Amino acid sequence: MAADLRTRLGHVELPNPILTASGCAASGRELAQFFDISRIGAIVTKSVMLGPRSGRPTPRMAETPSGMLNSIGLQGPGIDAFLQRDLPWLLSRGARAVVSIAGGTVAEYAELATRLSEAAGVTAIEVNISCPNVEHRGQVFACDPAAAAAVIEEVRGRARYDIPVFAKLSPDVTDIVAVAKACVSAGADGLSLINTLLGMVIDTDTMRPVLAGETGGLSGPAIRPVAVRCIWQVRAALPGVPIIGMGGVRTGRDAFEMILAGASMVSVGTVIFHDPSACVRILRELDEELSQRGIERLADVVGLAHEPRTAPRRGLAGTAAARRMP
Amino acid sequence: MTSGQNEPETGPVQVRGTVLTVRRVDAYYAMTIVAPAIAARFRPGQFVALAVGGPESPMLLRRAFSIHDVRPDHGGTVEFVFAAHGPGTRWLAERRARDMLDIAGPLGRPFPLPRDPVSCLLVGGGYGSAPLFALAARLRERRCEVDFLLGAASGDRVFGALTARRGGRTATITTEDGSLGLRGVVTDVLGQVIHEARTDVIYACGPMPMLRQVTMLAGRYDIPVQVAVEEEMACGIGVCMTCVLPVIGNDGITRMVRSCTDGPVFRGNQVRWDDVGTIPFDAFGAPGWEPRTRRASQAAQAALAAGNGDGAAAGPQPTPRRPGHGS
Repeated sequence: MAADLRTRLGHVELPNPILTASGCAASGRELAQFFDISRIGAIVTKSVMLGPRSGRPTPRMAETPSGMLNSIGLQGPGIDAFLQRDLPWLLSRGARAVVSIAGGTVAEYAELATRLSEAAGVTAIEVNISCPNVEHRGQVFACDPAAAAAVIEEVRGRARYDIPVFAKLSPDVTDIVAVAKACVSAGADGLSLINTLLGMVIDTDTMRPVLAGETGGLSGPAIRPVAVRCIWQVRAALPGVPIIGMGGVRTGRDAFEMILAGASMVSVGTVIFHDPSACVRILRELDEELSQRGIERLADVVGLAHEPRTAPRRGLAGTAAARRMP
Repeated sequence: MTSGQNEPETGPVQVRGTVLTVRRVDAYYAMTIVAPAIAARFRPGQFVALAVGGPESPMLLRRAFSIHDVRPDHGGTVEFVFAAHGPGTRWLAERRARDMLDIAGPLGRPFPLPRDPVSCLLVGGGYGSAPLFALAARLRERRCEVDFLLGAASGDRVFGALTARRGGRTATITTEDGSLGLRGVVTDVLGQVIHEARTDVIYACGPMPMLRQVTMLAGRYDIPVQVAVEEEMACGIGVCMTCVLPVIGNDGITRMVRSCTDGPVFRGNQVRWDDVGTIPFDAFGAPGWEPRTRRASQAAQAALAAGNGDGAAAGPQPTPRRPGHGS
């Protein structure tokens, strides 16, 4: 690696900024068949809930232009099985584990935070308050600043002090900055931007919705500009808050774009379905993107797109403008 | 369910393979790709997942196809059969020799093989018969008798009729329009074939309604059935959770399992056919599921005893589904 790709997840240092996106890597086991999962910044696990959950009926997915809809419904075995089986396995492979949690009530999130804090080896908690595939679609926590803050406050209060807590937000809101500010005020150490957008596909042969769940979350390169916009807006309003950027990242160039918008880490999601080894490829490509531009440190260019155009655009490393980054 | 069965040493690989040939076979296409690492690991019943549309493709989801055959030439080749019925498979059909494709495999659990030399009936619907010929070769190595029963809508959609006639002790063909073999569907003659061949084990691959019927009929004769299901997949490697179906475990509990990594081969009588496309009320983690009580597992046992469940009432009705992999 030519460039210094180290980044910070709250106070935790990661060797590089490429993570998996929650729900696209299960708990790492399947992807480990294709690459060494300890090489990337961290594995962000599929959202774990308190109890086992069967998810939604099939069909659960539909391919869309440069993207897909999914309606999985948070299928998983629950926190007990996760702590018994998945977390120890991740740690045994030398991977860093960012554990995504999801719940139906504030109390469930709190209980999950407590359980994870009692376990050793959790690098960070990502609080999924924005999954669109839940029974009460109108009650997604991340659609209401007060509800989002209530969850984050409780999780931050229960989580061990040295485990950073990131809030994962939905782009399906009028003002994502208001939700972001509410989460940070409630104690979030950082923000994950963005979850899927709610979408729908109708089969014109059957003349009915394709998904059994009718609506589903849209992901993939189709939503990347929305993600970049959200990261940009939140970075502008909260420049000191670390952001994990995600939404359709397919190449190192795409990851670099999110970093310029203000993300200090980048999660790779749907593209993993297309290319199981995408994370390590994107990591290599990002390194090349930085090196080609003479950028020595990733940290120097986080949020750089916010700088006025008069700032030097080449050979940045060492300039005063480039050093004002967290 | 998933613990440690796909460790890197024995698991699938993702490679860039060179297309050797693409040829029309009646209504289908057969593509051969040079992929020695996949060929070396292959066991019958496993499948490959291909990226389609090139590096900037707007089609993100992998297309999954049963492996038809592997051969030792060029270091190791993999052949699969597909129907060009969607933009992804049409793109595949347009590939030419020396094109490079991103291919992952071999994926999924293969067909289990009997320990003893028994009489095996291999039932295929449409190009679902593709994986059965490599299976037949392995069965014959074990001195099993192999009979074929293949069916499709018309003669040009029966894949491998000639190979079946050459390689099987018997080969029965059915077509719905009567253009090849007997008029009708495979399940019309299944009982008679079982009787004449003194079948001990059935292997079946094809559309879900056919697999359901084969399982039901085999149950009457008390013959074990191994089915390879065709559910739509997004990744093929076990991370996306889209290809799930309700399957009863050895503990009697129904779980929504992935057809890509927990399957595609299942024991026919463990699949809850009537509940495919729903979440049965007694499935592990279903709404109302009560952990640490005996109620749910008792319900699962009852369903097992009855041969099917009535969980469809608890969930939305299934929407009509297209059989087959990819589009």
